[in-house]
Amino acid sequence: MADTVSGPHVRTILDARGYRAALEWIARRAESFVIPLTALIVGMMLFSLFILAVGRSPVQLYETMWRGGFGSWFSIQNSLSRGAPLLLAALCVALPARLGLVVIGGEGAIVLGGVAAAAIAVALNGAPSFLVILLMGVGGVAAGGIWIGAVGALRHYRAVNETISSLLMAYIAIALMNHLVEGPLRDPASLNKPSTQPLADIYRVGNIPGMEVHSGLVVGILACVLSWLLIEKTRWGFAARIAGGNVRAAQVQGLAVGSLIVGFTALAGGFAGLAGMLEVAAVQGSANGSLAAGYGYTGILVAFLARHNPLAIIPVAILLGGIDASGGLIQRRMDLPDATVLVLQGMLFIVILFSETFYGRFKLFNPDLWQRSDLLKGTA
Amino acid sequence: MSGTHRKAIGVETIGMTMRFGAFTALDDVSIKVPAGSFHALLGENGAGKSTLVKCMMGFYHPTSGEMLVGGREVAITSPRDASALGLGMVYQHFTLVPSLTGAENLVIAREKVPGVIDWRKERGALAAFISRMPFKLPLDVKVAELAAGEKQKLEIVKQLYLGRHFLVLDEPTSVLTPGEAQEVLGLVRAMTKAGDLTVLMISHKFHEVTAFADDITVLRKGRLTGTGKVSEVPHRQMAAMMIGDQPIAALDSRAEPKPDAEIVLKVSALKAPDRTGLKSIDIAGLDVRSGEIVGIAGISGNGQKEFLEVLAGQRARDQGEVMVRGAAYAATRAEARALNVRLIPEEPLKNACAPRMTVAENIAFRTFDIDGNGKPVSWISAGAIRSFSARLVEQFKVKTASLSSPIASLSGGNVQRAVLARELTGEVDLLIVSNPCFGLDFSAVAEIRARIMRARNAGAAVLLISEDLDELLELSDRILVMSDGALVYETPIGEANVQTIGEHMAGHH
Repeated sequence: MADTVSGPHVRTILDARGYRAALEWIARRAESFVIPLTALIVGMMLFSLFILAVGRSPVQLYETMWRGGFGSWFSIQNSLSRGAPLLLAALCVALPARLGLVVIGGEGAIVLGGVAAAAIAVALNGAPSFLVILLMGVGGVAAGGIWIGAVGALRHYRAVNETISSLLMAYIAIALMNHLVEGPLRDPASLNKPSTQPLADIYRVGNIPGMEVHSGLVVGILACVLSWLLIEKTRWGFAARIAGGNVRAAQVQGLAVGSLIVGFTALAGGFAGLAGMLEVAAVQGSANGSLAAGYGYTGILVAFLARHNPLAIIPVAILLGGIDASGGLIQRRMDLPDATVLVLQGMLFIVILFSETFYGRFKLFNPDLWQRSDLLKGTA
Repeated sequence: MSGTHRKAIGVETIGMTMRFGAFTALDDVSIKVPAGSFHALLGENGAGKSTLVKCMMGFYHPTSGEMLVGGREVAITSPRDASALGLGMVYQHFTLVPSLTGAENLVIAREKVPGVIDWRKERGALAAFISRMPFKLPLDVKVAELAAGEKQKLEIVKQLYLGRHFLVLDEPTSVLTPGEAQEVLGLVRAMTKAGDLTVLMISHKFHEVTAFADDITVLRKGRLTGTGKVSEVPHRQMAAMMIGDQPIAALDSRAEPKPDAEIVLKVSALKAPDRTGLKSIDIAGLDVRSGEIVGIAGISGNGQKEFLEVLAGQRARDQGEVMVRGAAYAATRAEARALNVRLIPEEPLKNACAPRMTVAENIAFRTFDIDGNGKPVSWISAGAIRSFSARLVEQFKVKTASLSSPIASLSGGNVQRAVLARELTGEVDLLIVSNPCFGLDFSAVAEIRARIMRARNAGAAVLLISEDLDELLELSDRILVMSDGALVYETPIGEANVQTIGEHMAGHH
């Protein structure tokens, strides 16, 4: 029993070292690995049924998926490129989630970040490249930050549900983008696909040396590492975790919950805005309808799979990038629409949400429930 | 409803045992409640009282054991079976629909409600029914407008209306004033004496047990530890049966109060909206001096919660001032730290902890962002948090399997110990506490009260908001009564009279 230990026992446990402590340390963390991983496998099994139902071989599908995502240096680079925006888009979900907020409108921040960056590049045409790229980044972060920060402010000061408002604001953002790229910011030369003026080559963000992957991947990984440090190692992160764990407790402790919510949502939106800027500066070369490619929504799946842990977002984003990258090959080799991978994403998401109900159910992951006899064996 | 089963029923359990996995919640408990008796079931939290009654009412299926109703062995596999046999239960908290009238509540509670209700007929039947009851109740008033005592009477009447003549009352007076409690239990007592009703009452209050019950049964850790006639078991022995031989922390002797000590907390002309937004709380003036405990009594829902929320900075105020040691106080972290103000809300797991964060992290909530010299730090150290918490866990005897356990895995008493460890460490000038012992067992209660007294004796000004009058009488130097959002009565502890306090709580003055 959890609460029958006292006095001297507590001391032995506090001093516990070596094998036993390591085992407990692993057990407490293993849950967050094993459950999502199992969910991933179950989701893929369910998807196999779907593939069988349309008369194809799941084995062939997963083989093709592997080849399309990670089978060659070319496909790995493709996956990394597609994973890069997911890193930042997932942070837009994960950071607010640590405060207990479910923000699903990262798409809006991506779109506006991209438009803001493109507008800045056009306005400053002729200025030194490092300055323009820097200001594009600042503009993207600011646009996304204000957009999602507003969601946080509405939540805290007006009690507006952040999930709904962020989703609705994403629609507004996309409409705003369409208005701008088809109207005031339209490049008259773009006929079929209304776009802003293409960026001069010197304002483009290049590839990582030696790879066919743009530098946005490095930015995204850096953002994940910094976010992890912020949440786990700084006092602001600790305060945010208190507020996310129980907002009443945070208030009783006099923590500035409003500033935390607005600050974290703005930072989250800033990351998504940066993803939009990178799409413009590294991939598209201009802002256009392709900015709303669904990265913001795939980011939700990434963040949930990663249990809102910024470090876990890195491998998960690359994995999802790989699934996304394999869509084309699946279409060509198996004669399935490339949207097939979206069905897989949807199934994974449902299974992941379902798997949330399993946390805390397994004795294996909870050292508090281990038998006293194990404990004695372990420390002996 | 009809006269056919108007008689009290006797109930007996034989060797009732309930296991949840490896844990035995109830171990071979046999109790006998003869028809027409008033039986009290005593025990600490977790002693197995609710498990026993839940087995009797069909909510749980006991691992082994039998039940006799009216002397015949019966199988109760669901609450419906219990109901058919005439067994009913009145819960600690009300189960009535507030927006409906008493009559409507009674009719919808029936197992079979006709699709179209003939209200004229129902009203007639209800009037006839209520005229046979000793309880006098307005049935055409919305339940929301009834006083707590009337609601509790209606709960009991509802059970009788449904034809139940063996009632389990689960701490029936916890939300009533002393006066209301007397009245309700007195009426129930009269019905048992007349042979119309059998009662099994779960209670913590010895004085109620002595005044109303015939027999007692005491449980401890799932086992039956004593039973007998109330008249033959003195309180001391009842307590011994409940808690066994574990030592109980003694209250520090009360240091002499100093009437001219510094005023630490000063509240004046405070107005704030209440939860409904329709009424407001209105505190004309309240001073708490260093080295005294000021107790605020009142029935739940009379504005105490809102008052506490204003003091905690969780609720905006319309007007008025809260001053701590002469400085305006808005409950920011910086102010609380500079003025040494600590606030411990009720139900600490719900209001003062992040349940899924670890014990160590929860204990560090107040100090994680400063170093040893009180300077703010940007980077926090998990190692420092662990060693700080380890020391406090030891000092406050928090029983936990590990510092890395989520705090939600601790028992209620240990969560409260952890919170006290966090809030009572270092210098405390003002301590604001709300219902600190709600739902805790004897030894935890004694220890927590001792710590509050110790803080007072060390010079802290203590504001104690509590629904437990016994607690206030034990700890306070002065008692104030809060009713309908205002402080309506004040008495020094030496002149405190339970009757008078109770009348003010009920708003009868």
